[in-house]
Amino acid sequence: MATTQTDNTATDRARLRSTITALGMLPVLVILALGFHFLSGRFLSVNNLSIVMQQASINTVLAAGMTFVILTGGIDLSVGSILAAAAMVGVIVSLYPDIGMLGVPAAIGVGLLCGLANGVVIAFLKLPPFIVTLGSLTAMRGIARLLGHDTTVFNPDLPFDFLGNGTLFGIPWLAIIALVTIFVSWFILKRTVLGTWIYAVGGNIEAARLTGIKVPFVLLFVYAMSGLLSGLGGAMSAARLYAANGLQLGQAYELDAIAAVILGGTSFVGGVGSIWGTLIGALIIAVLSNGLILVGVSDIWQYIIKGLVIIVAVGLDRYRLKGLSRT
Amino acid sequence: MMQQQEAGAAGAPVLEMRNISKTFGSTRALSNVSLTVKAGEVHALMGENGAGKSTLMKVLSGAYRPDAGGQVLIDGRPAVMGDPIKARENGIAVIYQELSLAPNLTVGQNMFLGTEPSRFGIVDRSGTRKRAEPILKRLGLTFDVDQRVGALSLGERQMVEIARALTTNARIIVMDEPTTSLTTRETDRLFAVIASLKSQGIAVIYISHRMEEIYQLADRVSVLRDSAYVGTLDRAELSASKLVSMMVGRDLSSFYKKQHSLADGTRTTVLSVRDMGDDRRVHGCSFDAHAGEVLGIAGLVGSGRTELARLIFGADLKTTGSVLLQGRQLAIRSPRDAMDAGIAYLTEDRKGLGLFLDMSISENINVAVIGEDARSGGVLDFAKARKRSDKAVANLSIRTKSTSVNVGALSGGNQQKALIARLLETTPKVIILDEPTRGVDVGAKSEIYRIIDELARAGIAIVVISSDLPEIIGIADRVLVMREGHIAGEVEASAGAPIAQEAIMTLSTGAVTEPVQQEV
Repeated sequence: MATTQTDNTATDRARLRSTITALGMLPVLVILALGFHFLSGRFLSVNNLSIVMQQASINTVLAAGMTFVILTGGIDLSVGSILAAAAMVGVIVSLYPDIGMLGVPAAIGVGLLCGLANGVVIAFLKLPPFIVTLGSLTAMRGIARLLGHDTTVFNPDLPFDFLGNGTLFGIPWLAIIALVTIFVSWFILKRTVLGTWIYAVGGNIEAARLTGIKVPFVLLFVYAMSGLLSGLGGAMSAARLYAANGLQLGQAYELDAIAAVILGGTSFVGGVGSIWGTLIGALIIAVLSNGLILVGVSDIWQYIIKGLVIIVAVGLDRYRLKGLSRT
Repeated sequence: MMQQQEAGAAGAPVLEMRNISKTFGSTRALSNVSLTVKAGEVHALMGENGAGKSTLMKVLSGAYRPDAGGQVLIDGRPAVMGDPIKARENGIAVIYQELSLAPNLTVGQNMFLGTEPSRFGIVDRSGTRKRAEPILKRLGLTFDVDQRVGALSLGERQMVEIARALTTNARIIVMDEPTTSLTTRETDRLFAVIASLKSQGIAVIYISHRMEEIYQLADRVSVLRDSAYVGTLDRAELSASKLVSMMVGRDLSSFYKKQHSLADGTRTTVLSVRDMGDDRRVHGCSFDAHAGEVLGIAGLVGSGRTELARLIFGADLKTTGSVLLQGRQLAIRSPRDAMDAGIAYLTEDRKGLGLFLDMSISENINVAVIGEDARSGGVLDFAKARKRSDKAVANLSIRTKSTSVNVGALSGGNQQKALIARLLETTPKVIILDEPTRGVDVGAKSEIYRIIDELARAGIAIVVISSDLPEIIGIADRVLVMREGHIAGEVEASAGAPIAQEAIMTLSTGAVTEPVQQEV
């Protein structure tokens, strides 16, 4: 009798645990949204939610790339700088008459190249990701400034400006790009061989090698993916602003991207996590920024509150999961 | 019970462990074990792998709390159990196999790690030296207190560990296979230190598999088997046959299944390894493995068995030698190459190097072949994966309700079977199994033996690396013995005569070819 009892509670616990893991931070997102609506009276309007989605979109795209990287147990600190360089290239290319639309693929291509460079050094020269991408964070920032001779480049007639400011059936293009990115990422991670390999490499890199997984190829892919999505983020920023500035654009974006991934429940040591969690994490960050402005909190306090919310939310999550895993 | 043990050499019992049991979930790791150790004696503790020696020592050191009813007495007084700090205060010190020193700190700093002599929170450096030097002297050690531990050899580091134990006035020192990574000279030095500890009235509990060390050192030997206490022998009554029968104690022939048979004269060579080496731990190893044969590789821990397997499998890079499969020369540069050629390798470190603990049983079984199963564009074929894992679970009788459960939730034996299932999905011609039954219970052991036997009958060449001598004798047709990176010899079963354990021990310890060590 006693064994049946334990068996049942164990199964219940396992079920409860998987439900909570899947739900992740969704309750936090809902509570924050309701709270801001209650305080400001206008958070949950169609207009404002559209703004929140736009604000969340670029970070969502960067965080999707960051999810791939962190799932392998790595980190990519260079996404903000790559975004700036890609945006510069995007705007510069858009200034050429007739071929202006090529600014988008040019930006994405720059991102991909930078990501591949990171990936080659990390996967084949086996240098630590933190150091490699810290280096490219600095170097790419310099290149971004160099590209525009340290000035802001404008293009008031940007041919792909609809990406940043237009809508499709009332939904901002930025949000559509972000959601498509999330969907594609989900497909790669959960429905392809490559996705399984990414989880395997993050879960146990030595076992992955002994199982015949081409670990360097997997690492090259995740950093290339992160670079490519940073390039896409660059195109999105350029489209939104009609301009790019090598010095200011994308500063500290890597921190918001990492925060979104961690809020989404992805393990910092790799192997565990989901792209849906990352989406929710990015939305939480956007809701906080938008909501705090609506409520009228000063800029300085926004920083402090955002930082604390991230720590408390992740802390609660870990504590809860730990309590459940104890059997 | 007590009388029998105290009938030995003189000296008051410093330690008595009475009726110690320890259960983990449904596994009984220790069952009513009692042990008495006297001051100034070397008390050897023997038993097969998994017999309960380490668990018993963890109860002693306070790492585990025994089940209710057990008692530990120090100098006849009941001691607090399950508290490592109290145990240390009671004079118990354990020298672990994996040394626990900080390589960047000095000898002196390591000796007083956690108990630094200090004045108002500032470490007292001259105090450290003043207190460390006499201890080193007592042990006959000559290195400087300010030397960095990282610069010392493994043997010297072990001496520092022992010196550290003496800083807390240890009176009972446990050494768990201390000589596995030592050179002959370092071993002599260790034995000298043990002799000096003895003369100072310190009791040493010495865990080892090496008979000659036991003969040389032990005043008494206690044997554990299958989690229970078997008995204690005095130095005078020691004999190899007595110890082995105490350690093994059961009828082996029924436990090990050997139904595959090799028709004489018709051996087909599958795997040929020639002159394999890495210039470090493996040197010039050559052997053949035949279809339908179970080839054992025995040898002491550290003799290069795992390293040899990893070289063959491409997990580490070889510097010399070649691998031929069915007469064809292979160019193996990575595990992937070896697997594509038809060689599979089961790691000895299931959790560290084998399984993906956060992934499901199905994913773990399929991970090596999902690439081949995938539809175009690398899209996973879940139906195929499920079919494979369901079949594997049934064939290897892996006990689980569903293959979507995390592999980490399985018992050790079932985890091992899941890992073997992964290898079999790659349809190998040669399987190298490295310690296939390490850390699995007796039931799972016999199932793994059944699987090995079936694979051999299916014509696969199987290489089994094992430290468990009765096991390797029970399942192998032929045994290679490794010593110090070389293949020291080969022992084969002939009609009617099983492989002799003594022959393997002689080859693996080199007892014949090297001069016998001097008595300390």
